Amino acid sequence: MADRRLLSGNEAIGWGAILGECKAFFGYPITPQSEILEFLATELPKAGGVFLQTEDEIAAVSMVYGSSMTGTRTMSATSSPGISLMQETVSLMAYLKVPSVIVDVCRFGPGSGMAQTSQTDYRQVTKGGGHGGYRCIVLAASSSQECCDLVQFAFWLADRYRMTVYVLTDATIGQSCELVDLKTRDFGALPDKDWVLRGLDERGGNGQGIHPHMWDYVGYHEDMNEKYREITENEIKYESYRMDDAEVILVAYGYVSRMAKGAVDLAREEGLKVGLLRPITLWPFPTNVLRELSLQAHHILVVEHSSGLLVEDVECALQGKVPVHLLGIWGTHRRDSSGIIYPERIVEEIKQMVGVA
Amino acid sequence: MRKVYTRPRLLKKVPFHYCPGCGHSIIHRLMTELIDEMHLEDRIIGIPPPGCSVFAYHYFDVDMAESAHGRGAAVATGIKRAFPEAIVFTYQGDGDLAAIGTAETIHAANRGERITAIFINNAVYGMTGGQMAPTTLSQQVTTTTPYGRDTGIEGYPIKMSEIVALVKGAVYIERTAVNSPANIRKTKKAIRKGFQAQIDNLGFSLIEILSPCPTNWRMNPLESWQWIDNEMIKEFPLGVIKDITGKTDAD
Repeated sequence: MADRRLLSGNEAIGWGAILGECKAFFGYPITPQSEILEFLATELPKAGGVFLQTEDEIAAVSMVYGSSMTGTRTMSATSSPGISLMQETVSLMAYLKVPSVIVDVCRFGPGSGMAQTSQTDYRQVTKGGGHGGYRCIVLAASSSQECCDLVQFAFWLADRYRMTVYVLTDATIGQSCELVDLKTRDFGALPDKDWVLRGLDERGGNGQGIHPHMWDYVGYHEDMNEKYREITENEIKYESYRMDDAEVILVAYGYVSRMAKGAVDLAREEGLKVGLLRPITLWPFPTNVLRELSLQAHHILVVEHSSGLLVEDVECALQGKVPVHLLGIWGTHRRDSSGIIYPERIVEEIKQMVGVA
Repeated sequence: MRKVYTRPRLLKKVPFHYCPGCGHSIIHRLMTELIDEMHLEDRIIGIPPPGCSVFAYHYFDVDMAESAHGRGAAVATGIKRAFPEAIVFTYQGDGDLAAIGTAETIHAANRGERITAIFINNAVYGMTGGQMAPTTLSQQVTTTTPYGRDTGIEGYPIKMSEIVALVKGAVYIERTAVNSPANIRKTKKAIRKGFQAQIDNLGFSLIEILSPCPTNWRMNPLESWQWIDNEMIKEFPLGVIKDITGKTDAD
């Protein structure tokens, strides 16, 4: 019988780590992420892994880097300000091509902000986040099930492409409980880790191999571009919902995509032809998919719990050929940090947009 | 004829980029000799810092990878926790270990991480051109203390080794210098003890080495050796600061 459990998104992340053969976790508490730490402090040692609570997120990501260099599947998890603190070594790992998985349970920002839900960090994670013009793969989970599955996929991608993969959720996904099928996912064969540091007897080389572009910085960026092109070609993931005859296309991710799904159903009941495109990879972004879908659409409505970040990628994809509307943070039901965007509000926006009173 | 001295086997045959009179090349030699003598090359992993010694991995023929500035103790922690069979050392300057990396150093020591920090104290930021370091002496002229370090404004030279010694997880801490043949021999002995504390699984070890920087001190190499004796050692006295390795052994 399948192992089916009621799990919060944060617990599901922890299970995903264990099923994904994560053997080391380094992290620092921060709301709304802390349950990931608590879960792994309990469960990871039982699964033969190392758990360590660190003095800050800077140390956490430095340990992720060190641990991963030994060939160990390693993860950290934090929330928005913690992601800012980690950028120095995320950038270093991008340069040295060291795999890592980092979970960002997004909270409201900027600054310390508030611990409640938001999507204000889309740009930070999808555009690299730190210095040096690198990229990270970003997987956006919209359910507890997806938290569990995408963490496993993130480890595979990180090892496959030797880079940092973010799993982006938000306070709503992190804290909501849903049924999850705990299942080990297999994504296929991976290349040998011939670059790891484990002493001369096992590797037969030395650490200079970890710094391969010392005398060819142009070559580094050319190699990276080639890798990014390959990822864009092969790894884009998205879900399209009730899109067949859609004239209005909603674009949303994370918890907001769940609200948008509800809005699609409500709008369809009223005879409005609405569909949803939910990017699962935020980078690489499903640009061509959106472009094709837009051929049938009269309107695009981006719904996101921020002032307009995802909308930039949508506008870039559509190049002005279809009108792009935005329902941003002003669509939340309260003006304080506990507001969220409900389906009814999205339907209202759709009606205004298409001119139905 | 008996061979009394040779190039260390694990020191690569490439010219050092260090300035004449710099202490790094001496310390690199001592460390590669020791790694060989203690048969550690099969399991040693080193973390060089941003700074003059960032290219240490061009010279040490062992596994090495750089860390971000100041993060050595945390990177070493990650390696050691994931791969406990490894012998892990950081190689850090005074800015790296005693300014930007203070938190990582103290907390790695407090956890008793089985790692060894080699802490090169030359009282200036070397690679960036001789600015004030956390260990710059009172009244010492640097490019950012052109009138001499004013402790009322810039604070005091920080004694990281003594601070780290207060932390329970630190088991062996010694301060040495590389400004005379006798001190160089003592430095090698100290590093050996640091590695041994790690091999014996006792806790965190730190070897602080006062090291000349003639270029940024605006001195010739001989004057720089004398300056360590006449000025630096007054502020940073040499000797064993903490040794509970014996005690732990007895336990």
